Amino acid sequence: MTHDEEVLGKAYDARLMRRLLTYLDPYRGRVALAASAIVGHSILELAPPYLTKVVIDTYIPSGDLSGLGFIAAIFLVTLSGSFALEYLQTWTLQILGQRIMFDMRMQVIGHLQRLDLRFYDRNPVGRLMTRVTTDVDVLNELFTSGVVSVFGDLFTLLGIMGVLIWMDWRLALVAFSVLPLIALITQWFRSNVRESYRTVRTWIARINAYLQERITGMTTVHLFRREARDYAIFDEIDRQHRDANVRSIFFYAVFYPAIELVSAIAVALILWVGGGWVIGNSLTLGSLVAFVMYAQRFFRPIMDMSEKFNVLQGAMASSERIFALLDTPVEIWGRRSFLEDSRDRALSTRDCPPKMTSDPIFDGPGAIAFEHVTFGYVPGEPVLRDVSFRVEPGQRVGVVGATGAGKTTIVSLLLRFYDVQGGRITIDGVDIREMDLATLRSLFGLVLQDVHLFSGTIAGNIRLGHEAISDESVRRAAAAVHAGVFIDRLPQGLATPVAERGATLSVGQKQLLSFARALAFDPRVLILDEATSSVDTETELLIRDALKVVMDGRTTIAIAHRLSTIQGMDRILVMHKGQLRESGTHQELLAVRGIYHRLYQLQFQSVATEKPATSTA
Amino acid sequence: MLKYRRAFAIGFLCVIVTAAVGLAGPWVLKYAIDDLGQGVDTARISVYAGAIVALAAVGGLFRFVMRRVIVGASRDIEYDLRNDFFAHLQRLDPAYFQRHRTGDLMSRATNDLSAVRMMIGPAVMYSATTGLFFIVGIVLMVSLNPRLTLFALVPLPFVSVSVGYFGAVIHRRFERIQEQLSEISAITQETLSGVRVVRAYRQEPFEIERFRLANEEYVRRNRGLIRVLGMYQPSMGFLMGIGALLVLWLGSREVVAGRMTVGELVAFNSYLMMLSWPMIAFGWVTNLLQRGMASWKRMLEIFDTPPAITDADATDEIGDEAHIRGRIELRHLTFAYGDTIVLDDISAVLPAGTTTAIVGATGSGKSTLLHLLARLHDPPPGTVFIDGVDIRHIPLSVLRGAIGMVPQEPFLFGATIAENVAFGARGDRDTRARVEEAAAIARLDKDAPGFAKGYDTVIGERGITLSGGQKQRTAIARALMIDPRVLVLDDAMSAVDTYTEEEILSRLSAVMRQRTTIIVSHRISTVRSADQILVLADGRIVERGTHDQLVARGGAYAELHEKQLLEEELAAS
Repeated sequence: MTHDEEVLGKAYDARLMRRLLTYLDPYRGRVALAASAIVGHSILELAPPYLTKVVIDTYIPSGDLSGLGFIAAIFLVTLSGSFALEYLQTWTLQILGQRIMFDMRMQVIGHLQRLDLRFYDRNPVGRLMTRVTTDVDVLNELFTSGVVSVFGDLFTLLGIMGVLIWMDWRLALVAFSVLPLIALITQWFRSNVRESYRTVRTWIARINAYLQERITGMTTVHLFRREARDYAIFDEIDRQHRDANVRSIFFYAVFYPAIELVSAIAVALILWVGGGWVIGNSLTLGSLVAFVMYAQRFFRPIMDMSEKFNVLQGAMASSERIFALLDTPVEIWGRRSFLEDSRDRALSTRDCPPKMTSDPIFDGPGAIAFEHVTFGYVPGEPVLRDVSFRVEPGQRVGVVGATGAGKTTIVSLLLRFYDVQGGRITIDGVDIREMDLATLRSLFGLVLQDVHLFSGTIAGNIRLGHEAISDESVRRAAAAVHAGVFIDRLPQGLATPVAERGATLSVGQKQLLSFARALAFDPRVLILDEATSSVDTETELLIRDALKVVMDGRTTIAIAHRLSTIQGMDRILVMHKGQLRESGTHQELLAVRGIYHRLYQLQFQSVATEKPATSTA
Repeated sequence: MLKYRRAFAIGFLCVIVTAAVGLAGPWVLKYAIDDLGQGVDTARISVYAGAIVALAAVGGLFRFVMRRVIVGASRDIEYDLRNDFFAHLQRLDPAYFQRHRTGDLMSRATNDLSAVRMMIGPAVMYSATTGLFFIVGIVLMVSLNPRLTLFALVPLPFVSVSVGYFGAVIHRRFERIQEQLSEISAITQETLSGVRVVRAYRQEPFEIERFRLANEEYVRRNRGLIRVLGMYQPSMGFLMGIGALLVLWLGSREVVAGRMTVGELVAFNSYLMMLSWPMIAFGWVTNLLQRGMASWKRMLEIFDTPPAITDADATDEIGDEAHIRGRIELRHLTFAYGDTIVLDDISAVLPAGTTTAIVGATGSGKSTLLHLLARLHDPPPGTVFIDGVDIRHIPLSVLRGAIGMVPQEPFLFGATIAENVAFGARGDRDTRARVEEAAAIARLDKDAPGFAKGYDTVIGERGITLSGGQKQRTAIARALMIDPRVLVLDDAMSAVDTYTEEEILSRLSAVMRQRTTIIVSHRISTVRSADQILVLADGRIVERGTHDQLVARGGAYAELHEKQLLEEELAAS
């Protein structure tokens, strides 16, 4: 959790607000409905004090009981109307809020599904999750905590002012004379509270980050006897948090009584000045009472509005972060992408599910060529330099080299997780940047060393979202890579749910599952980023055998950490410091006595005679 | 606790004054209006006006003190509770953290704590104010006109009932919404962390669809809440409005009948308005209290969990960690998690200053054995000894200070590399030099120039910016840094490349000579030079001896050795 997450900008930013308002566009009807409900409700709320005036001035002096009954009836009507309008307003606004949150979440997730891997390199998953969940929720508070109803409060204020002027403009001026005082107090409160709110948020974020880290690493804390020192650090953060809060209490403690005092001053002024006029018969007693009642109602919306200020500020900060994400351009773009439709779909349709079955399939021999490819993750630090090679259909190619030699990068470029910066990559002579992204990727089956499992069943993890892959194919694929044995032992076989990211499966079992996945997709080209995790020798042999099955009859590009895996390959590419330094079969490369030979010696001969093959390249 | 009691006493005093002053306001208004109705001089009116301002000023002052004292005290309590909570977590054993998810513990330290604070701060403050206002307000209203009071309070029971009803329903629906939100989080987490698989297998539309379904369910549940919530506020307004209507209608009839003055009617109306707030607040406060109690119970669950591993049996027979020589002995050690026996009758002696290797398949009990040694789990009494002393008699701090443990998947902290290496270091002297020394042995020095600020580079959360090998090497340096008598390497170089591993092992050999060392590894080459090798299978020691003895014996170890040899011959062909 980084602290820049907590930096809050301006409380009101016209540019952000305008953009937020565009989300209302599809719902103009609802907005209009809500707005009229707000206005109507505000007007009806004005009735009771005026009715009181009429009662005091007209019906009580004349003792007209039926007139009193008539006023009561009007009162009841306004109450009922007020009830209906307020319900309408809340319902419409909150549903509107929900629709907008829905749209926004779909938009964010849709954009995340298209953003480049480069973006993911820079942004930890935790931060992105905050965008999808918390930040959108904060925006929702605009609707639920009634910030929008602040507009209703505003109408009420204006309405009260209008009625006062209409009833007696002189007394209205007297009542309004305290308004500058209100403005001053509110301004003082807002600027201070904003600052202290920001500080409190920063400290709470630190408390959370610290707790999260220490709880997950508690064993390490114990082993290294850090308890006392960690406690001291935590105590300090906790203390700062408390002090920031206590400071903010001060502002609230001053603000509420101050507003009430001003309210009392207004009532006193009305009584004093207006009382004189009542004595002089230039004002009725009823009007005076109504004035006092209106004055009491006048200050509640003001207090409310100040309360909602923090929410507004938080919402601005959140929307700024969300928009920053949505504005991040997607650089890697297929010529025509199936995701372009899905973006629109995400926004509007609820009834047409994405077309999973009509996945474009690559049809061609699938000859891969790297032509003078240059690439770096950071400008000025090339990871691949002028790399050229060809992989013919059906060929098996191994890529070896030390860590950081650029092996994994080759795979990432081939799948267009990143785009080359120099040279080009072609398939059957076509630059992959000219191809449709999905078609390109349909060519490959990727097996990563870190197996990612999704929640769902074992079968679901093999076929993923491709419903076209039948249960039978799933079963066959699992059996072919020896995964069938352990799957059959599970309580529900293929239908067994996968617990939290495969926590109940061993590393080796997860590997086998990922092989089954690759096999079920039956790709033209198998790409293998070989696992380095240490598994026991039994599983090791099982995995090795499964590999043979998966590679059978396919073009294979294997990034190998175990030289033993790739010795039987048609060709071995030796990467060294970003360059392709050697290429040939195992025997040829050994004969050259170059880098490969050295790697080979390191792995097999450096320690006496028996260096096992479970090491990392 | 004493200081809080005083704070609350002062706070309640302020509550009483605030209520008294607040309720006096309408009374003044009543006199003013009645006097105006009968004709009176302006001087009298200005006295009333002055009284209203003065009352508000006094009330405001006490309100200010009340808020500062009570809410301030609740922040103090929150601070103390959070510290205690953290301190208690520090005393709990690893098994506890395996049983409880981090997110759950976090939520108790944040959400639950904040609910508890709301209960002891604002809720106490408001319920005191509310209660007082309510009782005194009704008394005053009765003194003005008992009959009218009766009518005005007709809606009251309805208000209370609906507050209770809505409160419960809202709470339930709200929980269901929160559940769905965590579902959305889970899906997001999955799809984002698996971005490479999602892209490679073209799962984007499927993942978006999956998300859309969860998102729609979320909206659906919210709709259910809104249906109730939308009803709540207007109903309150309506019920209170009925009260006001009855007062205006029946009250003015009373005035006409001469049983009441206009001033009394206005004052009565003011009291009713004052009461409407407490009635609504009543529901809100009950809600706060309920949630606060529930949260407090959840926090107590943790506070009441006694630490499983303590210094209860500690004696000082071993002195401090500097006096430990490092002779380890296991006597008929049997250990089980629940009903699953993990270690079965293990006996072994690891002489001080020697190296012992442990070999065995995944799940054979190797890591458990190492955890017992550092008392991350407690071994049964009389089974594990260091220098002849049962480790349960050694203070935890001394025991753990003597052991430098390097796990296979080390946990690093979001600090600089140097801070991570010095994580367990005691004393400040020469820390930097010692960090660099330890880092050199772990061959972290090779990578240091590649980091932006060398050893002062901040590594991300959990060391996310480091490679697997770099993390393991940092962990090795961290263990060396505390200068342990016993060094434990639990498959600690699985992600380190072969060449670097050789370098580390050769640099370590000088260090290991002075220490008792335990190495767990899958690689025969790593363990072959150990003074003794223990072969574990299903929690039992099935073979023990030196490499040559074990190979000659032709058992499980020899078989493993054979397999790895074969592999290599195959490879060399």
